[in-house]
Amino acid sequence: MKTNNFKIKALGLALTAAMGLSTQVCADIKIGVAGPHTGANATYGDQLWRGASQAAEDINAKGGINGEKIVLVKGDDACEPKQAIAVANRLVDSDKVSAVIGHFCSSSSIPATEIYEEAGVISITPGSTNPKLTDRGYSTVFRICGRDDQQGIVAGNYIVDVLKGTKVAIIHDKDTYGQGVAQATRDQLHARGVQEVIFEGLTRGEKDFNSLVSKIGASGADVVYFGGLHSEAGPLVRQMREQGLKAKFVSDDGIVTDELVTTAGGAQYTDGVLMSFVVDPRGLPQGQEVVKHFRDKGYEPEGYTLFSYAALQTLAAAYKATGGTDNEKAGAWIKSHPVDTVMGSKEWDEKGDLKTSPYVMYRWDASGKYKQI
Amino acid sequence: MDALFLQQMVNGLTLGSVYGLIAIGYTMVYGIIGMINFAHGEVYMISAYLSAITLALLAFFGLHSFPLLILGTLIITVAITCAYGWVIERVAYKPLRNSTRLAPLISAIGISLILQNYVQLTQGARQQGIPTLLEGAARLDFAGGFVQITYTKIFILLASFIGMGLLTYIIKCTRLGRMCRATQQDRKMASILGINTDRVISYVFVIGAAMAALAGVLITMNYGTFDFYAGFIIGIKAFTAAVLGGIGSLPGAMLGGLILGIAEAQFSSVINSDYKDVFSFALLVVILIFRPQGLLGRPKVTKV
Repeated sequence: MKTNNFKIKALGLALTAAMGLSTQVCADIKIGVAGPHTGANATYGDQLWRGASQAAEDINAKGGINGEKIVLVKGDDACEPKQAIAVANRLVDSDKVSAVIGHFCSSSSIPATEIYEEAGVISITPGSTNPKLTDRGYSTVFRICGRDDQQGIVAGNYIVDVLKGTKVAIIHDKDTYGQGVAQATRDQLHARGVQEVIFEGLTRGEKDFNSLVSKIGASGADVVYFGGLHSEAGPLVRQMREQGLKAKFVSDDGIVTDELVTTAGGAQYTDGVLMSFVVDPRGLPQGQEVVKHFRDKGYEPEGYTLFSYAALQTLAAAYKATGGTDNEKAGAWIKSHPVDTVMGSKEWDEKGDLKTSPYVMYRWDASGKYKQI
Repeated sequence: MDALFLQQMVNGLTLGSVYGLIAIGYTMVYGIIGMINFAHGEVYMISAYLSAITLALLAFFGLHSFPLLILGTLIITVAITCAYGWVIERVAYKPLRNSTRLAPLISAIGISLILQNYVQLTQGARQQGIPTLLEGAARLDFAGGFVQITYTKIFILLASFIGMGLLTYIIKCTRLGRMCRATQQDRKMASILGINTDRVISYVFVIGAAMAALAGVLITMNYGTFDFYAGFIIGIKAFTAAVLGGIGSLPGAMLGGLILGIAEAQFSSVINSDYKDVFSFALLVVILIFRPQGLLGRPKVTKV
């Protein structure tokens, strides 16, 4: 009896010792989720956070990465370059993240990735489409979305081939992303032999674009292309309709949110708005289970939610395959292996861009929803 | 004179009249205590939220006719915004009345941050919006083109001019207005003559908040969308308008607002909207070089 008791005690001691040891060895893998969690574009930050949290939950439930759990750290850049640098420094220096999902706005991603590159931290952006991001020869920068030049080609071709636009007014929001995609569209229009009648910027944060709208009206434009985000696209399209302009309104993947209807003041204004966006990942067979999971929780995984989910899956796959969090090996692995994600199989080129980027056109309808054309 | 020019005048006038309404708050506060109330843009932002909430509440209680709806919204929004203006003055500026000139300025920036974050936390960071209240537009065919003015814009022009007219009447012809003017001219003398200057200063903040609330209701009606950061840009523009017209001068603020609105509209029409703001601020610099006191401001007399 006594020996038995002793044995049990010894076993217990050994177990606690082993457990204590294991918690010391298995430190969690910290991954930052950086984006606009506050500010006018907080809705996108929310999408990134929800996508990444769900992915972390699912991966952890299946045993994590090599037995280690993923812990997410939120980084709020409010879509402001200055704040993005501060957040990037914080994530690298004090949170000591292994990798970052984000940022969202190109104007934030470009400066922030300089810090990640220096620290050897992998960053995968679910939404920054500006070409410059991956054109600088950085080895740690990836994106799981398209590039503005690809987007501009699709939008430009659509304007010429389907809308038969001859007088195109191009408006942008003077931001890295908006102006970049507007320029890419303009280049494609030039290549197809169409000259724009107006190429001008508006100020982000303002609500009154009436004078610009009058000018577009006077130019006789039959198509208006807007490069920018929904917070300006909504008021712009509303003021166009209020002044009696019937020109088609085409925009980019910065307006992919139901808030477009809110900012325009009703679906009667956004009816017929066209936009370029990648094939909606919610419709792909690989993601059905995850999409159902989101919907069961009462959340519709719109916009960039699944992009963020897929970004974390990619990181997890790379860390698993290379057996640790060595970012040099993981980065090289991502560039040489296809990864199965909720958005299908993805492959990356040497720059960190996706090898194929399927941009297609969408149309908003009178009930305030968008559908692929 | 062609259709585009006229359309831009309409655009500029509607924009300028709301700049003017907000500029009144800056100019009156500066006139009376020589301080720039940087939280004023946030007061406008608060009123935008209040107007949307009131609209929703009134519609919920079955009020659907436009005149009643807008009147109810105006009264409730103005009343609550005035309370905000009064409290802000009491909490942030009154205790600092006799300290250095810099102290209330810093306090104003603090209040502005507090209000922004308070609204963001309680109302969320998402863009908010209201449905269109007044549909339809007047169309004027004219010289090969047309000028289209929505009924909302006509309403804005009317309401803001009535608001400015009413305020001018109050300042010029009533006892309260006389007390304000006396306090503006010489606070110490006014208090010796039996005017409760502390209370007058509170009134001025309340009047400024009322005008900002009027602008908040009108802008929310017109653009239908706002967020917690909406007060920043329009606050800076209205402040520019106040300086342009001569800070401290009431008609100056209104004139400054109109000039700024029209200048922005015409410049972006004729030249390029990229440089619209550059042009507005360049205009401000030029006017201040030749008339440092602003268009209608009184030059400062050195008292001996």
